[in-house]
Amino acid sequence: MWDYSEKVKEHFFDPKNAGAVENANAIGEVGSISCGDALRLTLRVDEGNDVIEDAGFQTFGCGSAIASSSALTEIIKGMTVDKALDVTNQDIADFLDGLPPEKMHCSVMGREALQAAVANYRGEEWEDDHEEGALICKCFAIDAVMIEDTVRANNLSTVEEVTNYTKAGGGCSSCHEGIEEILTMVMAERGESFNAAAKAPAKQKPAPAAASGMTSLQRIRRIEMVLESMRPTLKADGGDVELVEVEGNTIYVNMIGACSGCQLASATLGGIQQRLMEELGEFIKVVPASQMPQAMKAGG
Amino acid sequence: MTKGIYLDNNATTMVDPKIVEKMLPFFSEQFGNPSSMHNFGNKVGHALKTARKNIQKLIGAEHDSEIIFTSCGTEADSTAILSALKAQPDRKEIIITVVEHPAVLTLCEQLEKDGYIVHKLEVDAKGRLDLNKYNSLLSDQTAIVSVMWANNETGTLFPVIEMAEMAFKAGVLFHTDAVQAVGKVPIDLQSTKIDMLSISGHKLHAPKGIGVLYLRRGTRFRPLLRGGHQERGRRAGTENTASIVALGEAAKMAMEYMNHENTYVKALRDKLEDGILKAVPNAFVTGDPDNRLPNTSNIAFEYIEGEAILMLLNKEGIAASSGSACTSGSLEPSHVMRAMGIPYTAAHGSVRFSFSRYNTEKEVDAVIEAVPMIMEKLRKLSPYWGDNGPVEEPEKAFQPTYA
Repeated sequence: MWDYSEKVKEHFFDPKNAGAVENANAIGEVGSISCGDALRLTLRVDEGNDVIEDAGFQTFGCGSAIASSSALTEIIKGMTVDKALDVTNQDIADFLDGLPPEKMHCSVMGREALQAAVANYRGEEWEDDHEEGALICKCFAIDAVMIEDTVRANNLSTVEEVTNYTKAGGGCSSCHEGIEEILTMVMAERGESFNAAAKAPAKQKPAPAAASGMTSLQRIRRIEMVLESMRPTLKADGGDVELVEVEGNTIYVNMIGACSGCQLASATLGGIQQRLMEELGEFIKVVPASQMPQAMKAGG
Repeated sequence: MTKGIYLDNNATTMVDPKIVEKMLPFFSEQFGNPSSMHNFGNKVGHALKTARKNIQKLIGAEHDSEIIFTSCGTEADSTAILSALKAQPDRKEIIITVVEHPAVLTLCEQLEKDGYIVHKLEVDAKGRLDLNKYNSLLSDQTAIVSVMWANNETGTLFPVIEMAEMAFKAGVLFHTDAVQAVGKVPIDLQSTKIDMLSISGHKLHAPKGIGVLYLRRGTRFRPLLRGGHQERGRRAGTENTASIVALGEAAKMAMEYMNHENTYVKALRDKLEDGILKAVPNAFVTGDPDNRLPNTSNIAFEYIEGEAILMLLNKEGIAASSGSACTSGSLEPSHVMRAMGIPYTAAHGSVRFSFSRYNTEKEVDAVIEAVPMIMEKLRKLSPYWGDNGPVEEPEKAFQPTYA
């Protein structure tokens, strides 16, 4: 069973703005019946000031598709059309306190319905540039089409490269077989064959002795360095991480911005933990600062 | 016991409390290894023998040594198919059906990548096979045929006894994944030409993590797991004694309840199906209603999606399952629904109700009462549904841009 947030359940069991809006002057229909999710969004826009007066949805789809539709209509009601176009799928997911990675496409569908409806209001043609494939990496919600396109466009030939370009495979690593299969297929197109041994040599793990050889200040600096090196990836997704406290092998961090409340936060923490273990050569547990014992918080 | 109405017995079943009781001593007093020479396990060997006998009886095997305990149905399936390939290296073809369980389907798709040829028999709109087509595929290149006894989604029964005869005449090994059928329909393997058969304990009120591969005496065999001498060297690994004992008890109870299953449970299923179809428009039974398991009903509800249906059912305390893409996180609805040519707008809304001997008529009445409101609620949200039924030409009225 999916781990839906209370907010998702609320908007599924008791959806807002269900049904078509009367006298709608903006209609967007998107989705895929083969995948089992499709949505018609109807808006009534004030043609004087471009404000969305009313929004309604009709959705064929699962719990999170219906909840995402309900959330979308709640978010955009009262907005101007231009402002509404700034709403991202992440905004829809955030409004619902997050969606499981397999269900993020429901929020994407919401955003696309909005774009289609606005195009319809403006008398424009809306074209969808987004194609979805089977979900390969569940940690970072990366699908097969995305990996295939990236491998093709950048002539990638190793799993490591795919992880660097798309993040796919950077978490639990269970999808490496799937990534290798895509590499094999795309590389065959360009007349090459996938070679697992062609991987960049594995990083040398520092000897465990290195850990004990550090002063606690050196150790904290090293931890900061590792977090710094991971920052660009997190920032690319609108998030960040902050070191709060180091207590023995337990490292407390704050996830900031898009990372906080993100369904993938635990995967991200896992990734940070893995890197820290590699760099420090010791067992490390990375824990959200919110789980810090009260006494420690008080003591700073 | 959890409160609620459990109609998802093809997914898994409750372990009968009487069975749990029989298991417990094998975790504590009788925890010994059946292979050991001391008192901590002196009763274990005997208990395994009794269990083996009970399972032999349930499936009508000629010898108890034809029963090999495995960790699950999937292991039994893999063992059977891989054994046939290993034992007959010159034969490179496999025959299965398009509606097999992933335990067989995914394995065979992998074998295709390894260079084997996999013939997948198609089904008609009611999920039935074409035996002439099947016959034409059998050859001295075929290593094994693997066809399920009953489909897990629709309950449709396949003519495996006849198909095994045909394979035998062609000199081809025959395996059947019978995890849904064992315990629900009478089986007498010694009067058939079936060479191998898979059982899964948790489908018949034994625990998860125990299965059986039936292997007809004299069938050429190569083990999947080699190691110790357990199961006469055909499946190494220390026996899961408590679960084997449980499966033996479950087999015994299944024989006692076989008639009940095919009369009372079947009547409950029929009552539910009739009740729902009378009350809900645009709904139909999938599979072959005249030839299916007594406990299974699969109903497609048009223009709404299965996961949403299940969530609303669950809110009412009713447990069922669906063939929609969303319930599994895949991009396509159930391969079984697609194979029968059920349109997407109905395949995503297919719901399977599967009974056990623990269900009651009161429960059936409650479900018949709850279902129509749920479908109505979701149809009100559906772009395919108007005020009083589907909109005119639904597929034309709503044509979303692919996104």
